[in-house]
Amino acid sequence: MLSLLQALGRTFLNFLGATGRIALFTAVSLSHCVRPPFYSRLIGRQMLEVGYYSLPVVGLTAIFTGMVLALQSYTGFARFSAESAIPSVVVVSITRELGPVLGGLMVAGRIGAAMAAEIGTMRVTEQIDALTTLATNPFKYLIAPRLIAGLTMLPILALVAMSVGVFGGYLVSIYKLGFNPTTYIANTVDFVQFQDVLSGLVKAAVFGFIITLMGCYHGYHSRGGAQGVGAAAINAVVSASILIFCSNYFITEIFFSR
Amino acid sequence: MNKPSTPKIEIKDLHKSFGRNRVLQGINLTIMPGESVVIIGGSGSGKSVLLKCILGLIHPEQGSIKIDGVEITNLRGSELEEVRRKIGMLFQSAALFDSLNVWENIAFALIQGQGMARDEAQRTAIARLGDVGLRHEVAMLYPAELSGGMRKRVGLARAIASQPEIIFFDEPTTGLDPIMGSVIDNLIVKCVKELGATALSITHDMASAKRIASRIAMVFEGRIIWEGSTEEIDQTDNAYVQQFIHGRADGPIQMQIQDHFEGLPG
Repeated sequence: MLSLLQALGRTFLNFLGATGRIALFTAVSLSHCVRPPFYSRLIGRQMLEVGYYSLPVVGLTAIFTGMVLALQSYTGFARFSAESAIPSVVVVSITRELGPVLGGLMVAGRIGAAMAAEIGTMRVTEQIDALTTLATNPFKYLIAPRLIAGLTMLPILALVAMSVGVFGGYLVSIYKLGFNPTTYIANTVDFVQFQDVLSGLVKAAVFGFIITLMGCYHGYHSRGGAQGVGAAAINAVVSASILIFCSNYFITEIFFSR
Repeated sequence: MNKPSTPKIEIKDLHKSFGRNRVLQGINLTIMPGESVVIIGGSGSGKSVLLKCILGLIHPEQGSIKIDGVEITNLRGSELEEVRRKIGMLFQSAALFDSLNVWENIAFALIQGQGMARDEAQRTAIARLGDVGLRHEVAMLYPAELSGGMRKRVGLARAIASQPEIIFFDEPTTGLDPIMGSVIDNLIVKCVKELGATALSITHDMASAKRIASRIAMVFEGRIIWEGSTEEIDQTDNAYVQQFIHGRADGPIQMQIQDHFEGLPG
């Protein structure tokens, strides 16, 4: 019984310790995001990496999600003769949830792991120590540009995912299910609200912050050579994915709970 | 009568532990301007931790580190960065930035720290490459394309690029063949002399230590147990130093070696 309590206590203390470390890391990182000097060249490079190079992955995920959503909705709604609801279901699902969440998860896999591996390798090969000895703050040089890129690029990617996802639903609805294009577009435009898009963009910004923060945090604290770098990449993706789902619920609660 | 100058680096009663492992147990060391001091000692004796404490990468629990008379153990942020601008460092693995090519690595402190224009920084970097015996074609290569010896030379060029007052060398010849090790040592001596810098090196390569040093200090179990000039080290009757410089297995320094075959039959 005592050993069980000890194990529970140890786990709880470890959890508190990790939470404190992440909170401290976040605070220091954010403070460097808003204080000069700003490394515009590095921020631009990270924006390209996070935003532009993620476009194919996010676009493909979104178009097939929109297509499947239209198809599945049709098979369900046809039973109740409610096929006309498909444009609204597609656009609301994509803008509120699927666009930002699936886009965020794909970017977490691509960018979160890459950031953790890159920064982790820099840590274990003393490159971060070298940065410090060259009188350059690693938070300012490595972490802040990545956080800024995540925060700004994910909403743009989410906007692309929303547009492409809705277009995927449109393609299936028109060419496979025989919907009238004009009516479909009119229904989509009529039903979607500014708040739907705004909530999706806010979610995407939060997810972008979470993904880059987890990638940087786990990379920065990686230890023990190649195995440590591998573990950092796994932890970055897993923790970012879990935090994306958790934060998604709370943001939805803030925007849509009555 | 000459007025005694302020020590470039002054370390007093420095302590650092990691959990129960007491790595530094009261280090005292004074390095005067222009000196080249080499710290020798076995693996795990605390040499690298000492260097990282001086660089502010690790915070000691107790003791004092002064650079140019300024206490640095309680400095943070921009004040500490100001002190680091006086320091150049050659890492054991060179620690070149993978994402930057050779000239960008060398010019890093010039561009980021001094705000030098990229064109001018590139010219300076290529001049430093020449100082360490590398041709200008190397400037556009990436660290992954360099041999071990070239990486060390580029690391040395980066360490001296901003013309620091103090240069640290962490195991400068480790992993190099004896000839390349000698080349690197000669380059270190030449660069330090030309800059008029103060140098602190850590190594367990005795040949390298004798080539670089004007003074040698030996660390054992977190304390400096012997200090003297390069000439004195061969004459000392200190049993620890004698065992170390001659590489004897028997002596007062006992290595922790676990016998995995102990207790097995046969």
